[in-house]
Parts: sequence; structure tokens; C-alpha cells
Amino acid sequence: MLGWIDTILQGVLLGGLYALFAMGQSLMFGVMRLTNTAHGDFIILAAFGAFSLSLAFGLPPAAAPWLAMGLLLPIAFGAGYGLQRVLLNHTLGRDPLPSLVVTFGLAIVIQNLLQETYSADPRSIESGGLNTASVALGGGLAVGTLPLLIFLVAVGMAIGMQMLFDRTPIGRAFRAVSDDKDAAELMGLDHRHVYALATGIAFLLVAVAGTLHGMKTTVSPADGPALLLYAFEAVIIGGMGSFYGTLAGGIILGVTQAVGFRFDPGWGIWFGHIVFLMMLVVRPSGLFPKTR
Amino acid sequence: MSLLQTHQLKAFYGDFQALFGIDFEIAPGEIVAIIGANGAGKSTFLKTVCGLLKAPREAVLFDGAAIGGLAPGQIVQQGIAMVPEGRRLFPSLSVEENLLMGAYAKRTGPWSLDTVYALFPVLKQKRHNPSTALSGGQQQMVAIGRGLMSNPRLLICDEVSLGLAPIVVKEIYNALPRVCAGGLTVIVVEQDVGMAQLVSSRLYCLQEGRVTLSGASGELTREQISQAYFGV
Repeated sequence: MLGWIDTILQGVLLGGLYALFAMGQSLMFGVMRLTNTAHGDFIILAAFGAFSLSLAFGLPPAAAPWLAMGLLLPIAFGAGYGLQRVLLNHTLGRDPLPSLVVTFGLAIVIQNLLQETYSADPRSIESGGLNTASVALGGGLAVGTLPLLIFLVAVGMAIGMQMLFDRTPIGRAFRAVSDDKDAAELMGLDHRHVYALATGIAFLLVAVAGTLHGMKTTVSPADGPALLLYAFEAVIIGGMGSFYGTLAGGIILGVTQAVGFRFDPGWGIWFGHIVFLMMLVVRPSGLFPKTR
Repeated sequence: MSLLQTHQLKAFYGDFQALFGIDFEIAPGEIVAIIGANGAGKSTFLKTVCGLLKAPREAVLFDGAAIGGLAPGQIVQQGIAMVPEGRRLFPSLSVEENLLMGAYAKRTGPWSLDTVYALFPVLKQKRHNPSTALSGGQQQMVAIGRGLMSNPRLLICDEVSLGLAPIVVKEIYNALPRVCAGGLTVIVVEQDVGMAQLVSSRLYCLQEGRVTLSGASGELTREQISQAYFGV
């Protein structure tokens, strides 16, 4: 029994990581219906960026990753805003193909750039023992400190993003431009700027996800596509346009994978895919869809 | 001195020509109606004025400034607001949020949430409802209120009566004098010819992308309008 509780618990925390991966994609898809095929690669790029930044200033390992994340955030926002404004805005339109193909190209560029710069060796961001620390929950159960932190960050992100959307003027603009871009333009909104802001914020989420992921485990240049898959599955299961839905989707995916792993180490990821496919068959709009 | 003037305005959807040289003008404080059958070019004309469709820069003059082909956002900043055909409210936003979106351009003037609610009191009761959960007439009020919130100098109402019961249409047009009391200039596009003649001082009739009739609304006869409207 305890074993099952432990499995579910680990699954929930894993789901927090998947939700973290998925938040940025949920935002970009929700606001502008853009599927960023390079999403996972940007997370890995952020992880490598944080890796380099954490080594650049000779700080102790317990503090370095957090400084790295802090420095990475404005860089990520600028990169996201610029990328959307200069490149991705021109791929958006009635045809979903240009944005898919261009971001696929971006994915290839990122993976090869990383391989050139860092070689194919796996890297990890030193965190001064945080990645092995654990918190005892009593009754013989314990959870890793970093996975717990990641889960809490994911919950915080979901709450933060939902509040941004529901209560702020920029959130109102995001919802309006997502509903009807032309009508929003009639109100004086410049969709090129609003889309770029959305991508900038999405890249903030990607920077946080990448840094935490790099602290939790090793990253290598080709890891991106697997992360994209988990993020995509989490968004679809949870329902598009809802950040709480993305959180729920991530958790469901994580728990499903954990249960699968318990049966057989080779079945974990596969169980997750099965649940994803079942969701597509039974309820394609996801659990808590908000976007039309 | 006219507030809005178009000079030989032509418009194209790709290779298809929709407008063949429209000459239009409206003076400050006037209410001018544009009538015409479906496909006559009324909405196309409005789209070129509002920037949703490309036009030569000098073909559209607003208060003397050439605005043809500018982005819709810039045209709103200049002071033109459109109440679009079919309302086009934002379904993900509440009534109040839709109105607040109207104020995105941050122009100053007499219109605010309070004055819009004073004009259409029923909206205040429903301010937090999802905008598309209201009746057709109430949605039209939200759409008009949203246009007013940008404090325009020129308000364009595109087929306000579309899909609404006659009694509701009357109620909405009854609010028009109060809307214009502050000197607002209004273009009314209508398929309801009787209503268009009633609320406007002048009207233009479009047919297949051309102006076939223009004159004082009170003086034009049914026969003149029929002939211009249908082209027979």
C-alpha cells in the first residue's frame, strides 16, 4: 500500500515537472494558436544557458543556479519577444503549416548549435546537493526537495498565469486577440506587439523550466523533442487555453507514467502515451478547455 | 470642412475589385447613412476607412490627414471607432471587460464605463456576465458601448439592426441622439432603409461598388431609392 502511495506521490511531482514544461506552450497556443515544435529545444537551450551562466561567476554551487536563472530571465524575455516579432509573426495565418515548419527548422538549428558549443556530453547544473536532498513526510514516505520545489513552482506558475489572464489589462488583451484578432485591432490593439509579449512571457516560463530541469537531471543537446512530447501531451490532456488544465494534464501524465514504471521500467512512458491517445479519442478538447 | 472624406476610393480583395471609386464626405456632427443590398460594397467601404483593407494613402482623408492604408490601431488613435457587423464581441471576456477593451487606445473624452452604463442601464446589471450570454439587442448595446469607450470623433455603426427584432432596433436607435449630443459624428450602415432615412440627415446608396444615389434623407423618394438600390 505504501508502495502505491509513494508511486502516486512521485507521479504527482513528476507531473509538476511536465506541467512546468507545458506552461509556455499552453500560453503560446492559447493566445495565438502557434504550435512551437522547438519548444522542448528552447527548454534545453535555457538549461545549457543556465549551466554556462552558473559557472561564469565563480559563485558557490548552492547560489549559482539561482543567479543564473535570474540573469537568464530578461535574456529569455528579450529573445522571445524578438523571435516572435521578427520571425514567428510572419508564419501565422490561416494555414498552420508555416509555423510548424519554421519552428521545426528552429529545433534543428538549436540542437546542432548546442552540439557544436557543448559537445554531446550530458551536463548538469550543480546545485550544492539540492538534487539529492529529501523531505521526510512521515509514515516512511519521503520526497525529493527539488522535485517538490519544481511541483510548487509549477502550481505557482499556473496560478500566476491564470491571474495574469483573468485580472490584468494585458491578460484581457491576450484573451481578446485570441478570440478575434481583427476585432481586437479595431480597438487599437497591435497584434504583432501583443503576440510578441505572449512569447516573451512564455520564454520566461521556459527559462525557469530549463534551469530547474538542468538542476534535477542531466541534459544533452538532443533532449528537446522528448520534452516537447510531454509538454504537448500535458496541454492536450488538460485542455487548451486553461493553465489549471495544463497543470492537471501534467499531473495526470506524471501519475500515469509513474504507475506504468511500477509495473515495468519499459512501460512508464508508454502508459503516458496510451492515456494521451485515449484522451484524444474520448474527449479531444481536453479536460478543462477554454479556447475555442 | 468635412471630417471624413474619400476620393475615388477603390478597393480589391485580391484580384476582385469591390469598390470602383467611391466619393464620400461627412461633416462634423452629421449623421449620414449608407444603404445598399448585400454585396453592394458597404462593409468593404467601412473596412478601407478603418484600416482592415488596404487603400491608397490619399484616398481617405480624416480631418484633412491622409489615413488610407494605415493600421487599424493607428486609425483608432486618430479617433475613428467601428461597431462591427455582427457585433464581434469577445466571447472570453465579460460585458465590462469588452467595454474596457474599447478603451484600449486611451483616448480622452466624455465616454467611460459610468457614462456607457448610464446610456444602457441594463448592461450595468449584467456587467460580469460573459458577453455572448446576453440577448442580441443587449449584445448590440455592448458593441456600441465598446465603440464609444474609445472616445471617437467618428463612430461607424455597421448594420446595427442585423438579426434584431424591430422593437429592439428602435430602442437602440432611440439612444442615438444621446450618443450624438456631445457632437459625435456618426456613419450608419443599414439594410433597413426606413430606419436609415429616419435617423440620418443625408444618405448614400451603394450598388455593386459604386455610389448610385446621394442626397438629403428627408427628400429622397421610395422610387429613387429602389432604383438606386437594385439598379433596375
